[in-house]
Amino acid sequence: MSLMTFGIQLLNAFQYAMVLFLVASGLTLVFGILGYINLAHGAFYMLGAYLAYWIVAKTGSFALAMIGGTVIAFVLGVVLERTLVQRLYGRDHLMQVLLSFGLILVLDDARQILFGKDVHAVAPPAWLNGTIQLTDNLSYSVYRLAISAFCLVVAAVMFWVIARTRIGMMVRAGAENREMTRALGIGFDRLNRYVFAAGIALAALGGIVIAPISTVFPGMGDGMLILSFVVVVLGGIGSVGGAALGALLVGITDTFGKVFFPSISSILVYLLMAAVLVWRPSGLLGRGEI
Amino acid sequence: MSFRAPSLAQALLVVALVVALTLPLFASVYYLQFASKVLITGVLAMGLNLAVGQGGMVSLCHGAFFGVAGYILALASPGYDAAPLLTTLPLAVIGSAALAFLIGCFALRTRGVYFIMVTLAFGEMLFYLFHDSGIAGGSDGAFINARPEILIAGRQWFSLDKPLAFYFVMLALTVVVAGLLTMLARSPFGHALAAVRDNERRARSLGFPIFRIRLSAFVISGALAGLAGYFAAAQFGFVAPQMLSWHVSAAALVMVLIGGLRSVTGPLIGALVLTGLEEVLKAEFENWKLIEGLIVILLVIVLAGGLRQLGFLTTSAQREEVAPASGAGHA
Amino acid sequence: MPLRASGLHKRFGGVTAVADVSLDVRMGEIHAVIGPNGAGKSTLINLLAGELFTTSGSIRLDDREVTSWPPDRRARAGLGRAYQKTTLFPDFTVLENVRLAAQASGSSPLRMFGSARADAALLGRARAAITRAGLAEREAAMARALSHGEQRQLEIAMVLATEPRVVLLDEPLAGMGLSEAREIIALIASLKADRAILLVEHDMDAVFELADRLTVMQDGRVIASGLPEEVRHQPAVRTAYLGNPEAFE
Repeated sequence: MSLMTFGIQLLNAFQYAMVLFLVASGLTLVFGILGYINLAHGAFYMLGAYLAYWIVAKTGSFALAMIGGTVIAFVLGVVLERTLVQRLYGRDHLMQVLLSFGLILVLDDARQILFGKDVHAVAPPAWLNGTIQLTDNLSYSVYRLAISAFCLVVAAVMFWVIARTRIGMMVRAGAENREMTRALGIGFDRLNRYVFAAGIALAALGGIVIAPISTVFPGMGDGMLILSFVVVVLGGIGSVGGAALGALLVGITDTFGKVFFPSISSILVYLLMAAVLVWRPSGLLGRGEI
Repeated sequence: MSFRAPSLAQALLVVALVVALTLPLFASVYYLQFASKVLITGVLAMGLNLAVGQGGMVSLCHGAFFGVAGYILALASPGYDAAPLLTTLPLAVIGSAALAFLIGCFALRTRGVYFIMVTLAFGEMLFYLFHDSGIAGGSDGAFINARPEILIAGRQWFSLDKPLAFYFVMLALTVVVAGLLTMLARSPFGHALAAVRDNERRARSLGFPIFRIRLSAFVISGALAGLAGYFAAAQFGFVAPQMLSWHVSAAALVMVLIGGLRSVTGPLIGALVLTGLEEVLKAEFENWKLIEGLIVILLVIVLAGGLRQLGFLTTSAQREEVAPASGAGHA
Repeated sequence: MPLRASGLHKRFGGVTAVADVSLDVRMGEIHAVIGPNGAGKSTLINLLAGELFTTSGSIRLDDREVTSWPPDRRARAGLGRAYQKTTLFPDFTVLENVRLAAQASGSSPLRMFGSARADAALLGRARAAITRAGLAEREAAMARALSHGEQRQLEIAMVLATEPRVVLLDEPLAGMGLSEAREIIALIASLKADRAILLVEHDMDAVFELADRLTVMQDGRVIASGLPEEVRHQPAVRTAYLGNPEAFE
């Protein structure tokens, strides 16, 4: 393939990886800090996309969709954590799996009641709705570039918060030793609530952001769920840096896999995961069993 | 050995068996087929419980073992003819067992949450394999036009076509599977498996080969899921990639939870409850998924709230009295 | 030689936990290993048991090279280990705990048929070990319901039931009251008859009462080894224990 085509594929892989990172980082945070395995994560991604469609349809503003959708998801996360999730901290993972399963059933039908089960398209905001001309007959979508840039900014903010703020310190402490921090009891109930809600919001944000370039359809949560789990397993549970690394690996494998090995492209990612696990059973940057 | 009075659990099982045997006398074909469906999912759930309840391995890829067996039947069912039961059934079960062996070799290198996630991923990988590759119809699925039969020397000795025959075969299989699992639970292997579940480090330092024990349990449990999947495909007459979805595993886990993790036959109750619940809900409400989801959530919250989840139908293996030391008299 | 370790090294990233440690344990003796905190004693026991793998060095059980063997394989070869932090099967009875231990080293530990709990041979071995450890009256109690001292006894009973040739005892007296400790000390003393015992312990009185040979570790190295009476007077050892000179008077 020509250098230009390769470059475009690389950009696609990167953009895909960025959205994966956004969603997976939420998952790994919830898992690493709260010890809670949230299989409903993909359902929130889907919900975000449908919220984006609905808000844009009602108001015509994508910016409103981004802000509104994220806030709604955050609030929903707070409510869910307070009523259901916090009862299962430290419990058998089996219970958490089943709670997530129940949540998925509820969210799926809720989506059906609120938004129906049609497939939708969402138009990107007008000011980003163009293309950049790369060569005579190759152009690249401005919106895709914007996604990558946006996700990079979010990633940078996340790294900064975790590394440099007091909240981030508590987050890191929680990830290192959940038992100890709980024993110290430094207002961790509220922290846990916000971490969970943030995780949900990140998933929803991923769905909102992806809506303009992907179809919004009922089953979109499942695919993203599995992929974000693969990213988290690859990178190591609880490690945001690992999620970034994992997302890049998955993004590149998937994008170039579709180009070079189209018939088995969908299982390449899992083969990658298997290979990494043979070498590092706790993920690339993982710290072992939590 | 002196006579031991039957426990409540054993008495209930006998009653259940009698009801099951006499069901065809007073139930319509519809309910017979429903009962068969319950038995099929019951076998899946019992098999899963070997891994989850006995072995402590929460697996989300049992749907794959369930579905692959169904697909093997579909692929082995030529056109509009019936497939030979006596060859395709072992083939399907062995296929599922082999798959469980492969996945287990990888997945069992991990623990706890990683294990759950890895089984989820491998299960979905197989889903996409069948979905995208076009094997047996790809995402559209494939029909099995005639139920399996036993054909010897050109004469049909038995066919699974009649609901009554199908039901009795399923009932017999369910009893056999329950018996096998009970035997396993009482055996040294079963006790070793429970030890590995409860304290892996201790079990290993005593000399138990933990990888081999877990893998064996996982493979047997996968084989049983395959057994169930074969008959599910045979009954339904159709296979689709959805059979391999992790939702199938999750539903089976709910059944295990309802029936009690430490019980061999408990999951059968769970199968009855969940399958029955779904039938009722689907008939009454359009948004039955919402209600089922709420019930599952409620169930989890209540059970996690402190109720011990030893199902009331614990097998006598768990409550067996130890034989008196001297052998004479009754302790 | 039942247990021989030669030149053991263990590095964790940049930290050397154990450096060039060699020792052996003879049949019928108790070889105690002592040292201040951080000396590498726990690492040593984990290396010998197989829960950690050596960076370099060799471990031999009865002249078999077991350095690369996992813990369960070593256990089946006759190595038993009691843990410092009690590690039992909490939801099983005392009898079942010990019966499991006997099963693991029995003739068909993973047989898939037959009733494990009615196996007379295993029950016999289990009961013998339980009686030896002094827990006969508590046979039917749940492991989690035992007192701390009783749980230590159970640990030892489980190790005994595997009929090991070599026993690793990791601080068996930790957290014990005086009278309980006396029982355990007597028990350990009675064990050495046909076994080789490696004892890691902090309780100096017990150590000098029980040990036939003594090895002292500090910062991952062996600084003295030999007969207890000789070792206690070596200057390096007294320096290592600066702050607790009474231990050696």
